[in-house]
Amino acid sequence: MDHFLTDDQKMIQELARKIAVEKIMPVRAELDEKDEFSWDIVNALAQSDMFSLFVPEEYGGLGKGSLDMCLVIEELSRACIGVSTTFAAAALGTYPLILYGTDEQKKKYLPEIAAGKKLVAFGLTEANAGSDAGGVQTTARLEGSEYVLNGTKQWITNGGEAAINTIIAMTDKTKGARGASAFVVEKGTPGFTFGKKEHKMGIRSSVTRELVFDNCRIPRENLISREGMGFIIAMRTLDQSRVGVGAQGVGVAQAALDEAVKFARQRIQFEKPISAIQAVQHILADMATQVEVTRAFVYAVARHIDTGAKDFTKEAAMAKVFGSDMAMRVTIDAVQVMGGSGYMKEYPAEKMMRDAKILQIYEGTNQIQRNVIGQALIKEAARHK
Amino acid sequence: MRLFVNADECIGCETCLAACPYAAIVMKDDKAVILEVCQVCRSCISSCPVEAILVSGESMQEKQPDFDSYQGVMVFAEQRHGSLAQVAIELIGAGRHLADKLGVCLTAAIFGAGQAEAEELIKWGAEKVYLYDSPELKEFNDEPYTNLLSGLIREHKPEIVLAGATAVGRSFVPRVAARLSAGLTADCTSLDVDLQTRNFLQVRPAFGGNIMATILCPNRRPQIATVRPRVMKKGTYDPGRKGEIVLLKAPNYDSRTRVLESVKEASEAAVNLQEVDVIVSGGRGMGGPEGFKLVEQLAKLLGGGVGASRAAVEEGWTTYSHQVGQTGKTVCPKIYIACGISGAIQHAVGMQSSDVIIAINKNADAPIFNVASHRVVADAREILSALIRKL
Amino acid sequence: MKIIVCIKQVPDTSEVRINPETNTLIREGVPSIINPYDLHAIEAALQIKDQDPASTVTALTMGPPHAEVALRDAIALGVDDAALLTDRAFAGSDTWATAYALAKAAEKIGFDMIFCGKQAIDGDTAQVGPEMAEFLNIPHIAYVKKIEKIETGKITVHRLMDDGYDVLESSLPLLMTVVKELNTPRLPSIKGKMRAKKIEIRKWTRQDIGAEDSLTGLNGSPTRVSNIFAPVIKKERKTITGTPDEMAAQILDELKALHCIQPG
Repeated sequence: MDHFLTDDQKMIQELARKIAVEKIMPVRAELDEKDEFSWDIVNALAQSDMFSLFVPEEYGGLGKGSLDMCLVIEELSRACIGVSTTFAAAALGTYPLILYGTDEQKKKYLPEIAAGKKLVAFGLTEANAGSDAGGVQTTARLEGSEYVLNGTKQWITNGGEAAINTIIAMTDKTKGARGASAFVVEKGTPGFTFGKKEHKMGIRSSVTRELVFDNCRIPRENLISREGMGFIIAMRTLDQSRVGVGAQGVGVAQAALDEAVKFARQRIQFEKPISAIQAVQHILADMATQVEVTRAFVYAVARHIDTGAKDFTKEAAMAKVFGSDMAMRVTIDAVQVMGGSGYMKEYPAEKMMRDAKILQIYEGTNQIQRNVIGQALIKEAARHK
Repeated sequence: MRLFVNADECIGCETCLAACPYAAIVMKDDKAVILEVCQVCRSCISSCPVEAILVSGESMQEKQPDFDSYQGVMVFAEQRHGSLAQVAIELIGAGRHLADKLGVCLTAAIFGAGQAEAEELIKWGAEKVYLYDSPELKEFNDEPYTNLLSGLIREHKPEIVLAGATAVGRSFVPRVAARLSAGLTADCTSLDVDLQTRNFLQVRPAFGGNIMATILCPNRRPQIATVRPRVMKKGTYDPGRKGEIVLLKAPNYDSRTRVLESVKEASEAAVNLQEVDVIVSGGRGMGGPEGFKLVEQLAKLLGGGVGASRAAVEEGWTTYSHQVGQTGKTVCPKIYIACGISGAIQHAVGMQSSDVIIAINKNADAPIFNVASHRVVADAREILSALIRKL
Repeated sequence: MKIIVCIKQVPDTSEVRINPETNTLIREGVPSIINPYDLHAIEAALQIKDQDPASTVTALTMGPPHAEVALRDAIALGVDDAALLTDRAFAGSDTWATAYALAKAAEKIGFDMIFCGKQAIDGDTAQVGPEMAEFLNIPHIAYVKKIEKIETGKITVHRLMDDGYDVLESSLPLLMTVVKELNTPRLPSIKGKMRAKKIEIRKWTRQDIGAEDSLTGLNGSPTRVSNIFAPVIKKERKTITGTPDEMAAQILDELKALHCIQPG
């Protein structure tokens, strides 16, 4: 389908596809099997300017919008959502700086991020603060010209590999969510260490670790915006990246569909390819329809964001919920169409199914997203009354 | 110069469209038209059933003035680490055949070897050997080799010069051709002469072997060809044959490049399955590591690569780098010999586009026979043992 | 360091197939690409530039006007500029005449190093690089698989041989033809692609590079293609029967017929 992409967007999409096919597909099964993060792939993404996409032009980036990001994330996801998670998490960790950083902070960090020299992580989640972001227990105490951080962030994508970490910590516990603040912490700062690498069900080529702060002292200028803005920064950041999860869903579902169609044409049963069997065709037809519909919706939300819309929380949440639920269904169906082969690691379908599950969980579970959508609906209805 | 279609002759059969490797011919009003992108490769000319494709502005290239003074066949006989390369003996065989047909003398040039190797060349069929025996020439170095071979050709004026299409021959022989303004055809697989014109007919594959081309060099001498190893037939070895060995010393062997070290490396691991012409591949039907050795032996004898099914790799009979199929490599050799491989779809997707597939399997219903061009229902171990004995 | 990379636009032979029924090339939808070996040559040059950003890398090719696309692809990879030799006069060039024209252009551009792929996948001759070095009167090293070090005025490399490799030292300027083992070619960048879209590509005719008419194109080519034909590949199914020994003998005959082993 023609989605009215610009020439530049088509070029970026094609380049991302090339990276996916040439650099990611040949190694994805091995990375999955070995639970391994690949700097080679990150470097390939960097060399092709992918980390420049989301950085403004005045700081060495390309200043591209949400749709461009979605196109790249979708293409990378066709090969491996582990990789697209690494990439998207770097953007996620950078948004606090782009949205709320001072000019000095931007000058200091963004050019190196755009050049792909430094990877970024976003640290919000903790043992007692997942869906309930207000439950953050990591503290940041101002001492003279320094903040002193204490606490542990959990399940942080790119943790340990990222040179730049944007962290949400409490500067005033008495104020609850309004007492949270955002900081930049560089890898190598004394008192900043990493916990063990997590072993996950899927997206195993992405790295997930704890970030441990033990009297970690950072300069006062590493505060992003002002004290108390942490929660708002976190929410705006997640709003910005959330549609990308929908794009991940479209990518992995498209890949699963492609695998299923290819297999169905090759697999002979009852002396004909199973693709000639209507029961199989119907599954494929439903898969294809879901993928196309979701793609159109994800692109539409991305374009809505790119118009400069102020509030797109509800739409972004819808793209995330719908895209991830769709990806789960379609990848399960792909395994089903492929039968025993689909269940075997020799084919990529089972990995896609394992990988897809995370999309319903991370960046706010789909249940939380539904809360968000529901609340927005009620708010809108109240406004119109 | 350019090619064009004589519209009066063109019958609109579209044969030339398929013959053009550059997609430079289109149909317009039911006639073929050659576009700007034409590279004048002439593939279309011989394809046209009605000779409607013509050349305009054909060159006025004249024969070089001393054209007729060139006579004889010269073989550059390669040595490596002091011993004669197999291809040198093959070329003496091919050269002998050409020289006999033309009724001329067969000479050989060898650098960095000794009297013994020169004598071998005579026993294989050379009449005269030019030997530069300086130990400095043992290591291959382009500049001195170019100087010496060019010098010999200038002095003795052979009409045909043959060299192996090896790392050595393909590196320095082009320099010789450039220096002498001689015609050079690379990597030939078949050689002949046209007795009327005394033109050398050199056949070589192009487009990755998808088409064959006959190359001529009508106005220049010598006509130089590098020849693919293992293609030409060796001549008869006659220990009693006598010939002349001319021992030569060059004034110096100066070069702007210098070989610091020459390292021999087992090539088996380096064989790239995606680049070889022949793959011998083994599966569970080889029965065990001993059986799989037969696959490796045959591959070695055929100068090809070793492939394997997933089962053979998982049994540990060979390493993953040899695996062909869904989770291994996709290969497309000229010849794929599948030994004891059932040919499940996971394997077939990795090799089914091979040009010739010889499948050997005990089970007459094995799916491998669906993609095979040659069907051999037998125990692969027995067949391979017999093949190895015969080779 | 001033570097020239010679590239060729070729049809993607992995997609060129013979129609077994008509024995002709199936050419529909065969895309044009940069010769794959040349991508390694470009990468070699770009890696030197990565180390020494003062270096310049120029891509050079000869071909029809459409070959400009290959040069733009090279720019997208990070090459600084490009020159295209395009002129009816170049048509029909064999490797000798091609090398002559490229050498003339290289002289015009100026260089410390020239990189070429080891061969082009359409012709597979591997001749143009060494021939070009001869015309330029500079040394060459073919089949370079590793660049060990670059010092002032000299370079140390590994050359792939049929039975191992040689370590060589050479003075500069030098022409190198490279094999796939040398490096992993990078992919284009977004900024490179944007630059490639806009950049002006120099287009040179025979006169522009000062090439002699008698040495250019078909005039300058010693060799002629006299005939092109499809290799005899029989796709029909054969069943081989008999005792194991008889079957082995038949297989040998087949292998001989396919030129896999020497007859006799």
